[in-house]
Amino acid sequence: MASLSVNHLLGIKNVTKKDIELIFETADYFKEVINRPIKKVPSLRDITIANVFFENSTRTRLSFELAEKRLSADVVNFSSSSSSVKKGETLLDTINNILAMKVDMIVMRHSSPGAPHFLSKHIKANIINAGDGTHEHPTQALLDAYSIREKFGKVKGKKIAIIGDILHSRVAISNIYALQKLGAEVMVCGPNTLLPKFIQNLGVKVELDVKKALQWCEIANVLRIQLERQKIKYFPSLREYAIYYGINKSLIDSLKKPITIMHPGPINRGVELNSDVADSDAAIILEQVENGVAIRMAVLYLLASNKTPLT
Amino acid sequence: MQKKLLLDNQLFDITIRRLCHQLIENHGSFDNVIMVGLQPRGIFLADRIKDSLENILKKEIPLGYLDITFFRDDFRRREKPLKANATHMPFILEDKKVILIDDVLFTGRSIRAALDAMTAFGRPLLVELLVLIERKYTRHLPIQPTYIGRSVNTIQSQRVEVEWKSQGAKNDNIWLISKTNE
Repeated sequence: MASLSVNHLLGIKNVTKKDIELIFETADYFKEVINRPIKKVPSLRDITIANVFFENSTRTRLSFELAEKRLSADVVNFSSSSSSVKKGETLLDTINNILAMKVDMIVMRHSSPGAPHFLSKHIKANIINAGDGTHEHPTQALLDAYSIREKFGKVKGKKIAIIGDILHSRVAISNIYALQKLGAEVMVCGPNTLLPKFIQNLGVKVELDVKKALQWCEIANVLRIQLERQKIKYFPSLREYAIYYGINKSLIDSLKKPITIMHPGPINRGVELNSDVADSDAAIILEQVENGVAIRMAVLYLLASNKTPLT
Repeated sequence: MQKKLLLDNQLFDITIRRLCHQLIENHGSFDNVIMVGLQPRGIFLADRIKDSLENILKKEIPLGYLDITFFRDDFRRREKPLKANATHMPFILEDKKVILIDDVLFTGRSIRAALDAMTAFGRPLLVELLVLIERKYTRHLPIQPTYIGRSVNTIQSQRVEVEWKSQGAKNDNIWLISKTNE
């Protein structure tokens, strides 16, 4: 069997199409495992994984922790709010201290873009990026693309619009890389102020009108407005954003075509997505969450596969 | 490389039929019995046994496919990751008599993994093992089959290869392959 071309999952930019396909194929088997009466396999029983979260997370952290436990790994959790980081410890010191306790893999979320890349140059453990600032969120992109593959049979040739706060979104960047590597057409849509300059250089279409974007695409991946990352006002009010960019049932009905709605969560109901769409049959939001565990199991399994003689 | 024919097409067929009748001798009408073929190669034998049994008994015999990849004991001890296969177990094994089916019994490690993997589907009443070829004196674990197609004396470096007509081979054959310098 082929192995991944990388030792760390730092971003989708660094992985190949083959890597993504291998992760998907492996995730297929793990999806079957997590639907068994006993949802656990012993593959990673001799591995210890630290989930190091310097930023808040519910879904990703829970999903990683479940994936690790389903693979029988030992798990330690770390969050910066209750740690010595508050006392002035550097990132490298914190991680080296964790590794001194014989940890094999690090799953890290950090507010600084490039933090996991920096770490990968200084430590021996496998690193999985669980989101680094506004840069990348590779496992989210993988599970998004996997959910599209699951629903449509393939990603190639599909038209996907990523709608919302593209400027502050690590999900958007990772999604663009993943979907393009798999042969999909990608469009980004949002208010001008929330679209990064030169985003079209990544080979994506750019659209300011949400209705036109929805008319163009088969799948809409709707992103949250990341108020916590916005230091200035990018639009007058959430109410105005909801009026111009919020997706509701009447907008979907006016398209007169089937469309699939995705959202990486957490949803701001009534802002970017109304409940009448988020809870409708068009949405595959909960399927994304389920697939997240299978994808993360596949990534952990494949990264841990490298031959490591016991000493 | 030397190839020695262990079972030819005709003997192969006789062996399958004998195994089926041994199963019927022990399990009668196959009530409360489930057969489980081990991925990747045990499933061809399992399919063949199922077809033959159904021909004789004129009833459907439940058969599942079990993949043991994630339960193997050599994970992280190989250069390449182990490739998984599909598991298809549309039933629970709780309180069922289970017949595990694999083509070749060698070290016994796959069967150990299978016994482990099966527990994800419940606690069987009993588990039996059926193999087409039992390689003697090569076991790493105390595992013995209940039903044996043919027992052969082999050394570690030899390989047993099963060819299936259903998989595109010209005939159903079993070969013992040795390196020429042995």
